[in-house]
Amino acid sequence: MMRLREMVNVVLAMLREIFDESAYRRFLERKQMVSSCKAYAEFVQENELLRARRPRCC
Amino acid sequence: MLIARRRRIGHNNWDTLRTKSMPKPLRIVMWIGIALLGALAVATIALRRGEQINAMWLVVAAFCSFALGYRFYSNFISAKVLALDEQRATPAERLENGRDFVPTNKWVVFGHHFAAIAGPGPLVGPVLAAQFGYLPGTLWVLAGAVFGGCVQDFVILLFSIRRDGKSMTEMAREEIGRVGGFVAYLAVISIIIILLGAVALIVVNALKASPWGAFTIAMTIPIALLMGLYLRRLRPGKVLETSVLGFVLVMLAIWGGQWASQTPSVARVFTLTGPTLAILIIIYGFAASALPVWLLLAPRDYLSTFVKLGTIALLALGIVALRPTLHMPALTRFVDGSGPVFAGSIFPFAFITIACGAISGFHSLIASGTTPKLIRRESEARIVGYGAMLAESTVAIMAMIAACVLQPGTYFAINSPAGVVGQAPEVAAATITAWGFPVTAAEMHSLAQAVGEQTLFNRTGGAPAFAVGMAHIFSNSLGGQAVMALWYHFAIMFEALFILTILDAGTRVGRFMVQDALGHIWKPLGRTSWYPSIVATSGLVVAAWGFFLWQGVKDPVGGINSLWPLFGISNQLLATVALCVATTIIIKMGKVRYALVTLLPLSWLVSVTFTAAWQKIFDPSPRIGFLAHARNLASSPTQEASRLIFNDRLDAIVTGFLLVMVVLILLESVLECVKVLSGRKQAGVKETPFVASRFATEEQG
Repeated sequence: MMRLREMVNVVLAMLREIFDESAYRRFLERKQMVSSCKAYAEFVQENELLRARRPRCC
Repeated sequence: MLIARRRRIGHNNWDTLRTKSMPKPLRIVMWIGIALLGALAVATIALRRGEQINAMWLVVAAFCSFALGYRFYSNFISAKVLALDEQRATPAERLENGRDFVPTNKWVVFGHHFAAIAGPGPLVGPVLAAQFGYLPGTLWVLAGAVFGGCVQDFVILLFSIRRDGKSMTEMAREEIGRVGGFVAYLAVISIIIILLGAVALIVVNALKASPWGAFTIAMTIPIALLMGLYLRRLRPGKVLETSVLGFVLVMLAIWGGQWASQTPSVARVFTLTGPTLAILIIIYGFAASALPVWLLLAPRDYLSTFVKLGTIALLALGIVALRPTLHMPALTRFVDGSGPVFAGSIFPFAFITIACGAISGFHSLIASGTTPKLIRRESEARIVGYGAMLAESTVAIMAMIAACVLQPGTYFAINSPAGVVGQAPEVAAATITAWGFPVTAAEMHSLAQAVGEQTLFNRTGGAPAFAVGMAHIFSNSLGGQAVMALWYHFAIMFEALFILTILDAGTRVGRFMVQDALGHIWKPLGRTSWYPSIVATSGLVVAAWGFFLWQGVKDPVGGINSLWPLFGISNQLLATVALCVATTIIIKMGKVRYALVTLLPLSWLVSVTFTAAWQKIFDPSPRIGFLAHARNLASSPTQEASRLIFNDRLDAIVTGFLLVMVVLILLESVLECVKVLSGRKQAGVKETPFVASRFATEEQG
């Protein structure tokens, strides 16, 4: 049961990383902000160039 | 002293990287069992002739080969060649900034890396290569992945980690020389342009004369915009929730597509010809690459990743649960090179047709991009680099199964261009039946009706055949024949969705590369926020891939015959560049005796790329050689013939250019290695100096 819970946690963490939720959480921690439209807009702006330069594989 | 210490650590890794949860004799018995089972499965798929086999043999062969490759070969590379050092801090640890450098759990990085490397390539390549039968493609995926693709991804990832996450182009310039760096840059931009042209053609071929498909894909644009606004204004940061919402809307769009296809006034609007679709996709590519990332690219990326991961998992479950029978023979008569899907014999064309899934140069860009900045410990590069590529190869095996569960006659009817089998259904069916693969126009008509299409003849590009195969597998378990059309359009949507994401992202990446280069000539052109520069460089990149797309759409033999090999050659050229970089670094590390690890796949790729490029330019058969095809048309006075001749000559020049690039980087790489080996140059690599890892210290403490 513990192993299953661990696996579910890892899968959730994986999804949060892939879908940038973890990156947003780290951004909020780094900037000492709470989640809001303004904070998210800042996060998106900070990551815009990084994301746009990331190639997607064939 | 330092070298001695490192070697000791490298040696220790050999032991510490093993699984020790099992008694040793049991472990030995287990691995012997896996090896024997793998050998039996490979023998079964290789030696059975004249009888159909179950798809599970392919699954078992892949599982056993990949397990053995990972356990023994990657362990050997980890310990002996790369000497992974647990004590050495990675850039994620040393340069941690909470943005791009973040020490991350290895499984999380594995998922992130897999999501980045898995695209339409491992789905389309095996489907096209199935024209030779299931055997050549399957064996190439198994061997190519274990000894080539996984090795490339793993070593490039590790070398990038040891250089603060530097890109492949930077590593080529530093370790090989200026020419190497320049060739790597040109290889990257060439592959991006040819890739975008080829994948856009796949979407066009999948959506032409398909109101259902065109409606669904058109709807994904407002859905992505809605997701972007929802994320920005209503639920900031809730990406998973937004992706689920987007997925539900896409499902509704698929369902709505059925209504659209059955409502004459709406169906008329969405029944589009190839050229119209090509123009729309070119306009879309230009507009999407100029819009803010958060508005279209990011939400579409999230949505396509969500659908991609779910569909791959679902397909794997479907294959294992249903264990379908393969109707395609192990080898078809087209091994001689006369195939209708693409012309050319197994060697070299099977090996450039399946790039992603066996070895893909594009992966080296990902392995030297985001991923090295997330790895917490050097030892974790093994599961991420080698392991994620094995997962992608598993996707390629599933695509091969999806293509081969179809009756061969159906497969060839879908994938053969009208220019080869004829335009009229009866003529096409008669031609394919005469090849020994029985099919009738009535059967194809009823299959087209079952999947909600007007026709399935001449739907080249691989996507429709994959979608029919996937719908065939799913409809046997979930919902029966009644929902086959929904499954078919789900598969088409799934492929088209991430191809459009690639178009958008690829155009942007290409644009930045062009801006970086032009910035050296005139500074304002290099400013990524200067609008005239954005418009001009986006236009340049879109025009380049749009040209290849247009050429493919207007090609009477479907375009895939010329574009996919060109894409395969350019992708393998990039892999050649990556393996040149890797081999040079290994030799400079003083590990000449282990250089074969990258030298063998490099030699194979050089022989494949050279032979394929040579044949595509100079082969006397008009179906293979660009110049022979141009000569064949020379007697025709029409304007259409002049255009085709121009295209053929241009394709020959592009292929020749790629060949020259391979020669240049090889020569510079060989010269660099000879200098080091002869003692004329001091051996030494440009790694970041050793810093002790606090993670290792914490664990030991």
